[in-house]
Amino acid sequence: MNGREMGKARRRSEDARLVTGKTQWTDNVQLPGLCHVVFLRSPHAHARITQVNVEAAKGRPGVVGVFSGRDFADEQGSLPCAWPVAEDILIPDHPPMAVSEVRYVGEPVACVVARDLYTAVDALEDIDVDYQPLPAVTDMERALRQSTDLVHGDFGTNQSYRLVVESGDVDAAFRDAPVTIQRRYVQQRLIPTAMEPRAVVCRPVGEEFTMWSATQVPHILRLMLASVTGIGEHRLRVIAPDVGGGFGSKLQVYGEEVLLLLLARRLGRPVKWTESRSEGNLTVHHGRDQIQRLTLAAEADGRIRGFKVDVLADMGAYLMLLTPGVPTLGAPMFNGIYKMDAYSFTCTGVFTTKMPTDAYRGAGRPEATFGIERMMDELAAELRLDPLEVRRRNWIRHEEFPFTTITGLTYDSGNYEAATDKALALFEYDKLRAEQADRRERRDTVQLGIGVSTYTEMCGLAPSRALAQVRSAAGGWEHATVRVLGTGKVEVVTGTSPHGQGHATAWAQITADALGVPFDDVKVLHGDTLVAPRGWDTYGSRSVTIGGVAIHNACQKVVDKARRIAAHLLEAAETDLEYAGGSFSVKGMGGEGASMTLAEVAEATLSAHDFPEGVEPSLDSDATFDPENFSFPHGTHLCAAEVDTETGFVRIRSYVAVDDVGSVVNPLIVDGQVHGGLAQGIAQALYEEAVYDADGNLTTTTMADYLVPSAADLPTFVTDRTETPATSNPLGVKGVGEAGTIASTPAVVNAIVDALRHHGVRDVPMPCTPERVWRALRAAFLEEPEEPGGARPGAAGGLGPVRGGRE
Amino acid sequence: MIPPTFDYIRPSSVEEAVSALSQAGEDAKVLAGGQSLMPLLRLRLAYPDALIDLDRVEPLRQIRSENGDLFIGAMATHHQVMRDPLVREHAPLIAKATATVADPAVRHRGTFGGSLAHADPAGDLPAVALALDAVLVVRSVRGDREIPAADFFVDWMTSAMEPDELLIGVRVPKLGPGWGAHYEKFHRTAQAWAIVGVACAVRRERGAIEDARVALTNMGPAPVRAIEVERFIEGRSVSDDSFRAASERAAEGTSPPGDLHGSPEYRTHLAKVLTARALTAAAAV
Amino acid sequence: MPRIRVEVDGVTYEDDVEPRLLLVHYLRDRLGKVGTPIGCDTTNCGACTVLLDGTSVKSCSVLAVQADGRGITTVEGLGIDGTLHPMQRAFHEEHALQCGFCTPGMIMASIDLLRENADPSEGEIREGLEGNLCRCTGYQNIVRAVRRAADEMREPARQRPEVAP
Repeated sequence: MNGREMGKARRRSEDARLVTGKTQWTDNVQLPGLCHVVFLRSPHAHARITQVNVEAAKGRPGVVGVFSGRDFADEQGSLPCAWPVAEDILIPDHPPMAVSEVRYVGEPVACVVARDLYTAVDALEDIDVDYQPLPAVTDMERALRQSTDLVHGDFGTNQSYRLVVESGDVDAAFRDAPVTIQRRYVQQRLIPTAMEPRAVVCRPVGEEFTMWSATQVPHILRLMLASVTGIGEHRLRVIAPDVGGGFGSKLQVYGEEVLLLLLARRLGRPVKWTESRSEGNLTVHHGRDQIQRLTLAAEADGRIRGFKVDVLADMGAYLMLLTPGVPTLGAPMFNGIYKMDAYSFTCTGVFTTKMPTDAYRGAGRPEATFGIERMMDELAAELRLDPLEVRRRNWIRHEEFPFTTITGLTYDSGNYEAATDKALALFEYDKLRAEQADRRERRDTVQLGIGVSTYTEMCGLAPSRALAQVRSAAGGWEHATVRVLGTGKVEVVTGTSPHGQGHATAWAQITADALGVPFDDVKVLHGDTLVAPRGWDTYGSRSVTIGGVAIHNACQKVVDKARRIAAHLLEAAETDLEYAGGSFSVKGMGGEGASMTLAEVAEATLSAHDFPEGVEPSLDSDATFDPENFSFPHGTHLCAAEVDTETGFVRIRSYVAVDDVGSVVNPLIVDGQVHGGLAQGIAQALYEEAVYDADGNLTTTTMADYLVPSAADLPTFVTDRTETPATSNPLGVKGVGEAGTIASTPAVVNAIVDALRHHGVRDVPMPCTPERVWRALRAAFLEEPEEPGGARPGAAGGLGPVRGGRE
Repeated sequence: MIPPTFDYIRPSSVEEAVSALSQAGEDAKVLAGGQSLMPLLRLRLAYPDALIDLDRVEPLRQIRSENGDLFIGAMATHHQVMRDPLVREHAPLIAKATATVADPAVRHRGTFGGSLAHADPAGDLPAVALALDAVLVVRSVRGDREIPAADFFVDWMTSAMEPDELLIGVRVPKLGPGWGAHYEKFHRTAQAWAIVGVACAVRRERGAIEDARVALTNMGPAPVRAIEVERFIEGRSVSDDSFRAASERAAEGTSPPGDLHGSPEYRTHLAKVLTARALTAAAAV
Repeated sequence: MPRIRVEVDGVTYEDDVEPRLLLVHYLRDRLGKVGTPIGCDTTNCGACTVLLDGTSVKSCSVLAVQADGRGITTVEGLGIDGTLHPMQRAFHEEHALQCGFCTPGMIMASIDLLRENADPSEGEIREGLEGNLCRCTGYQNIVRAVRRAADEMREPARQRPEVAP
């Protein structure tokens, strides 16, 4: 391996079709006889369905069929939850189409199948549904306190589960602690908002079915479709064509996917469903939505003694694929990069009459990172220390790696000092602190704040046995097949399923290095269970650390196979051959007949005319990689925010991100991932929130109300890297897909609070809207608790600072 | 989502349009640029029987001087208005406010008249028309009628136009030398609607404000003229203190809405802060 | 049903359309021009941006019947003889796309932006693209790509040094 490709900023091979509009989105799929499906959805947060009348709709010209939940009751099964986090967890039945009761606004209750979309939408209005309203359950804390308004009546409670993890002597850590800080933070509900709305096409071919879906997880989808419907897995083919972003929202098995399969079977015709954005805001799984009650005990010098985390996590109405597991990913992460003596984590999953939550970029780690990084700033403020100084006094020093944390994870490598030093230099930290002091002194209308976030995260969502320990049903390995064709060109089959990440480029780079072949000679195949039958797909920043390594390992096997053949053909001992630059040569010999290229070996393998005894004529190799440990990217992010104290408006003045994602395959792609991650993390801090009213209606159903930032709303980021290779895989890679999102949210909020702390502000609930900033300021000025967000009922808020900070 | 069915009428002259409107009945809608109406149709929040599309009524796109006033045709696009030399010279407030409307692609289609006829109090242009004492010229088979902006915006998305009346243009008194103008828009993201906006024009003379026009976006079911601010500031010196004192009166007589992006209380506060800023910016011109 | 005649990417079409048919559905479903995707229903996202008689519009908020007699350019109509348009090339070179769903609209909006302002500042580019949402890139490389295309389109003759990988 000569390392020509690893680390090179290759332009992506995917782009050619994407910049010319020659893309294959699921919604672009056209088939003879294709029918369009639209869903009628519940307008009630909670109601009994007493009658569905579809007759009028059936009579419309062009309507092929109209169905309600009752029509599917015998065959639709229950949507899967693959992460039952506790033994006594309550998992409700989750029919893809509601039969007798609806539990969130947007739940499907009927559907129309018609010859075209316009006809189908018209017919939808002819369906008549009678509902008997039931109480909406929208507030987690109230949902737990009372037992009369229940999301699932037969459970007798709105609590799905309670998980407790404890390590060290927590009581001792808090007893007589010189400093105790208690805070309540709210992780608002978010809508992932991939630019491509969901779409599904299903084609029946006899008793077999092909499904195209805008999914991150074709393999998981096939497996789950089989288990939900009873159709043999071998009779199902799932294709994820070009997929327009996911961010976790397409890591799901949706009711619509199951229903399209059932419709295709029932009608014997291909069917297509494409959601509208407003439909998607209601029914694509949501992210985050936690109330965190955090208590930190520390010594007078800032050293952390103990940390207690108590999380309420909103499940929504049902448990979908990973719903209960997502908040529990915080269990090993709330301690961040810090050393401490004791730690406890309690997570309570709560049912509400809202769209279920599930993975959204970061999934559990952003919530945890926010909690600890906000608390570190609070500790610094309490002790009147620089926020970086408090972190330095607590973080794991680079010479202490590998380090087993209080939660039992072993962080294999890292260098927090190096990343921080680099970030400080790029940020001009001291200069900005001076400007901040000056603005304070001048009582400038616009105050400056500096936010710090020194984060780590766990990537890979593997090893598999670690997943077993936390009761996840998934495996954590990834698979690759490398095929050397007779001409020496290479096909790489991966079980990862990219939707914007650039695997076709990056995996070809890994292959080119491992085999010593030109980049352009490699073709990456993915996203079709017929082509790539084995895999666990793409999520959790796992693709390069597991899937990329599987490719690397498969390539090693190809070289090993080729070596035996080359040795035979060159009439040399295997041990006398060296492999470099795509060519075997006999050590110490030169000239004709002393070397042969991989392509020549491939050609000889194809004909197999002259082959060694007992060797199969194939260079093709498989590898399945299951690592020994997670990987732990880390970094230091610094944010300077200007806060208009009159209006509450926040403008990000500068943002520096120094990330350590281990070895880098393609810096262009890595930077792009960081940029996009930052934008989403900043959006959580400042702009986005899925808001339900007290009746359980989502009020942010369109992009006019759910504010996704545009280019005009975001700053230019300064990004850089340190590279401390991971020790848990041969490439030294750590994963980068979620780092930016995880780190940036607390950096921004810390900056806002830092700008206003001298006014007495200790928190601004997210998203830090101008009104919330203004209210936080006003509350501080008035020195009395302010009702949160008078803009509307049920707003997230309640700073709950413990005055005096002592317990 | 998909619009409901409707009859489609595409007149090529104002007369044809007016006649079509008189025949079409109450449930017909006029389609100007469509940038507000199309989303409403797609979300099925509107079910018009017929759409009368003014897209090909070219005379309605004219912007000209007329009897000493500026006349902006109802179908002049935002893109056209914000670049028009007459508008920039004689009604810079309109040019500035229009530049903050939506985004470039929407401004290519969206029209000045459409925004006013839509009478959305969160829209930026109604307050501007109000501040400038614009007169909206409407036509029906019964003849022309001139409606001062102060009478035009009646309620939330409701104008003083009769169902058979068509807005054909807007007469805007020209602001002469000595006038400065500014539109202070406050929104959470570039694309979002104004939480509050302040349209302001002032005439300075010898260090004092001689004349002031201030109107507010999204501070009630219709745009609101901040009369108390105008009264207070007229005759006072150009200074931060007088602007601040004047702006304290900005929310008087308003009834701001509460929604996702701001409570009535917050809007009341913003109206004051933004009015001071708008006055300062307008007076600096 | 009204009959319309439109020129799309250099080809003339004549079709009977329902008045309510959205231009974007006409392009996608009737003409098979699926390079232009649909990302929202409120004119916010800009994914469906095309040029109508040379200026950018969101084709989800224009009726097909309104395009009668007009010319439309979609992302599929850019570039000549298989050569990429400088904007397409710049998006590729600057890694200004990830999933690519916003890309057709973003490219069309960017071309329109440069038509109005051949030499925009970073701030002008950001403002000019406020009607096109991207969820992957954080916009940073999109801004760079537009800048790069602007340079190239203003000085097509001069040899530009390759940006080092």
